[in-house]
Parts: sequence; structure tokens; C-alpha cells
Amino acid sequence: MGAIFRREFGAFFTSSIAYIFLGVFWLFSGYFFYAYCLYNGTTDMSGLFQNLFLICVFLIPILTMRLFSEEKKQKTEQGLLTAPVSLGSIVFGKYFAALMLYTIALLMPFVYALILSSFGVVEWGIVFANFLALFLLGGAFIAVGTLISSLTENQIAAAVVSFVMLMALYMVDVIGNLIDSTKKLTLLHIGGLKLVFKMEWITNFLSSISFYRKYYAITCGLFNVSTVVFYISVAVLFNYFTIRVFERRRWS
Amino acid sequence: MIEVRNLTKHYGDKRAVNNISFTVEDGEILGFLGPNGAGKSTTMNMLTGYISSSSGQALINGVDILEDPIKAKSYIGYLPELPPLYLDMTVKSYLNYIFDLKKCKLPRRAHLNEVMSLTKINDVQHRLIKNLSKGYKQRVGVAQALIGNPPVLILDEPTVGLDPKQILEIRTLIKKLGKNHTVILSSHILSEIQAVCDRIIIINHGVIAAHDTADNLSKNISTDHRIIARIEGPREEIVKALRNIEGIKYCRADMEREDGVYEYEMEADPGADIRRDLFDIVAEHHWPLLALRSAEMTLEDVFLKITMGEGIVIPNAEDDALAAESKKGGEN
Repeated sequence: MGAIFRREFGAFFTSSIAYIFLGVFWLFSGYFFYAYCLYNGTTDMSGLFQNLFLICVFLIPILTMRLFSEEKKQKTEQGLLTAPVSLGSIVFGKYFAALMLYTIALLMPFVYALILSSFGVVEWGIVFANFLALFLLGGAFIAVGTLISSLTENQIAAAVVSFVMLMALYMVDVIGNLIDSTKKLTLLHIGGLKLVFKMEWITNFLSSISFYRKYYAITCGLFNVSTVVFYISVAVLFNYFTIRVFERRRWS
Repeated sequence: MIEVRNLTKHYGDKRAVNNISFTVEDGEILGFLGPNGAGKSTTMNMLTGYISSSSGQALINGVDILEDPIKAKSYIGYLPELPPLYLDMTVKSYLNYIFDLKKCKLPRRAHLNEVMSLTKINDVQHRLIKNLSKGYKQRVGVAQALIGNPPVLILDEPTVGLDPKQILEIRTLIKKLGKNHTVILSSHILSEIQAVCDRIIIINHGVIAAHDTADNLSKNISTDHRIIARIEGPREEIVKALRNIEGIKYCRADMEREDGVYEYEMEADPGADIRRDLFDIVAEHHWPLLALRSAEMTLEDVFLKITMGEGIVIPNAEDDALAAESKKGGEN
């Protein structure tokens, strides 16, 4: 896993994806830092972190698009799959390389927090919870992008589909808000038997899988262990799917 | 040692490889010969664990590639048809990566230097792989297979795209490696396989068409007793006369090469040398013999012989010319 991790991390820099990702991430986080914290003269960073969610939706597909698609296109995949390493260490080697670069990107908002702390009182508890949430969110998103990258040999296709997927995960909340949760549908009415479908069930389901709602709660200072478990489970699940993709391809 | 038992691969309804069995002993070089699409690469991909087999078994040093893939793969150095090179790395950093990937325990610097000098890529070690010529890329591909000094080497068309000098170098290298490695090598070039391999398997349409030592096979497909003569004179009389030579199996007229000069293709029984008799006959009739050479066996000829049996005898000259034409057409 170490070899794959190191090569992949190096490849981010030789393929200039690292510079684009870090540059754009820091550009936007810098703008939001200015707009929310400096302009308003506050040490409350929740506005900055709420906006970084959308930045992740846009930028993580760029981070993950070439992870596996490029290997497939250049036929280097064959070298990986015939090397004495397990599929798990191939997938996680690449996943952690992307996560590492993402973590480096997160260092900049941390510098902002340090800057703020020299002008006022920063609620470090909330700031650290925010960082944890942003890190876990990225971890889950990168796993989704990794899976999609393993399904195609076209980087652009991988990026676009990942973007649509992440956008859909973001939109789940919006869709949930559009549905009138008080409405009830009577599906069947025979004699005394009445089958009722409550719209509440859909909104409950959507809000329980909503990435944004959980993230938003943390940016407001409500830390919940179930959120941590949720994000980690998503990351593990999608990486497992990626392993299955390779296993299936071998056996097809 | 490699042991393959009834290996089969289906792609949907298509059988790419059908019930192949063979063994390769330690220190032996086995050649896979076959036209493109015969199933050579599919077989190699199954041996190296890149794809699974539909049924059958492949054992590398006694380890089943599907049961304990990581252990079996650690015995193999594999050069796929397209070398798995990362174009944006330098040769040295790429080989370093492969060294780590294979979890190699040998002393790093000494081993990398040894591999690089074996494959003669020392002088390009600091260059990016994407800037290398095809020949160098192929050699880097061989180098990555050699890293970790695996007991089994599987090389899929290692000389494709190289110039004649490089082909010779790679062949010499493979022969050298064959002394202390088990090597499987594939090619669609007959002479290459003959030059390097101890044993040859000919694959066609996913089945083994022939399996023999290089010596035996080349005796069978040897070119000694198959000659082409360019003779001036009446075509049909010449064919008739030549057919009377003792030990001749067939004789036919080929194309008209010069005015009134035809090429005649003939084949004698294995071991029979008909050149002297041929000379006597043409001298007797005053038919000038303008050229005489032994026929080069093409892979297609070998296949025809092996897959269709020996009897390609064509009765008369008119048909012969037609047959020759159609044969030319079939080759193209």
C-alpha cells in the first residue's frame, strides 16, 4: 500500500492536479474567510465552513477523476493487478493519497483560525469540530469519486459523473424540503383496513441520508457521534464497492 | 515450475482459450506461438492472475493463482503486451516504485543497478519514460519484470516494435535469463521462438495445435526438404519431369517471374535431398536453372501443416497456378 500511496501522491504533483486543486481550494476559502470573518469582524467561522461544503462538491471530482481511469487508459492497471498486492491495498493506497492531498488543502483554513486568534477569542472546540466534519465529509466524497473513477477510462467522464453524484447528495436536502411532510396518501381502503403512506417517511429518510444537514449541524456547534459514524461508513462502503468492481472485472 | 491444467476462458459465448494443459520445468524457456487473437495473451493473463479462468487450474511453483494470488504473483515477473509504464515518471523512480510494490527484500541500490545494466537502460535512468523511444520503453518493461528476481518470467511479445539490433539484444538477454529462470515467451514470429525456446506450444483458435521441443518441431517444419527453383522452359513438361524425382511429395508451378521462366515449388519426404536429382533433370533437358533456394516456412505454412495435416498435393499445373493465386489471396 505504501508504494501505491507514494506514487499516487507524487502523480498528483506531476500531473498538476495538486496545484489546481490546492490553488482553487485556497482561493475560495480565502474569499469566504474575507467575506464572512474579516469583513464582518467576527471569529465565528461557521459561514466559511458552510460554504466549503459546496467547494468540495466542485473540487473533489477533480481530485479523484484520474485515480483509476488513467491507469486503465495507459494500461498500467495490468501492472498493478498482477503485482503481489491485494486489491484492498491498491484501492486504499490511492484513496489515502487523495485524502492526504485534501488534508493539506485543509491546512489553510486552519491558518485562518490562527490569524483570527491573534485578534480575538476563537472557540477552538467548534473550530476543531468543523475541521473534523470537513475532513470526514471529504473522506466520504473522495470514496464516491474513487468508485466512479474505477468505472471508466475517461477522466472527464469520471469528473462529470462524480460531480453529478456529489451534487445529488447535496440536493437530497433541497428535495426533502420541497416535500410536504404532513401529507398522507391513502393507498388502499378495504373495509376496516386502511393502508396509509405518510410523506413524512420520505422526508425522514432523505434527511437521515443528507450529507449537508449533518455537516451543517456541526458548523453550528452541534457535534454528534452518529455523524462521524455516518461519514466513515460511507467512505468504507464506497471503497468496498471499488474493490468489488475490480474483483468483478477479473471474474467476468 | 508452472503447471497448467485444462485452463479455459469464456467471454460470453466465445471461447478465447479452450482446455489448455502444459507444464514448464524450472530453467526451461517455453515459447507460445500463434497468430494475433489466438489466445496467447489471454492464457498469459490467466497465468498472472490478471483475469480469472472460467475453469481449470494454473499453479505457479505449486501455488494456485486463484487460491493464493498474492503468493503466486510474487513468483512471477510479468511483461504484458503493453508495458505498464507510468509515462510521467523517470526510469529510476519507476523502478524504485516497482521495487516497493513487489515488497522486494534485496539490497535496493545494487539490485536496481544490476537490473538496469542487464537491460542496458543505465544511461536513460534519469529521463522521463514518456520521452524514451519504443525500444527503451520495452526494455524498461523487461526491467520491471526482472525486479525482485522472480523465479518465473512471463513475457508477452517482448520484441514487438523493436529494431533488428534491439531484437537481437533482447533475445540474448532472454536466453541468458533462461539459465536460472523459468520463462514463458509469446510471439507471432517463428524464427524468434525457434532461436530462443527449448519447447514450443503452437496455439490457434484457443487450443493447442502442436506442442513439442524446438528441435522436433523444426525437424517437422524444417525448410531443408522444401525448395523453390526458378527454371526456364515449358511449364507443364517441367512439372511432369520434376514429379518423377524419387522422394518428391509434390511439385507445382508458381508465378511466371520472367518471360518463360516459372518458379516451381516442391517438397520432398523429410530427410530426402532432391537438389542433385533436380540438377540432373534440368541439365538433361537443357532447361536453364536460374535460381535455387530453400523455401522459407511462414507461420501460415506451419499452421496449415499442423492444423490441416500434410497432404496439400495439387494434381495438375492449371489448378496449381490457381491454387497458388488463391493461397496468396488467403495470406493477405
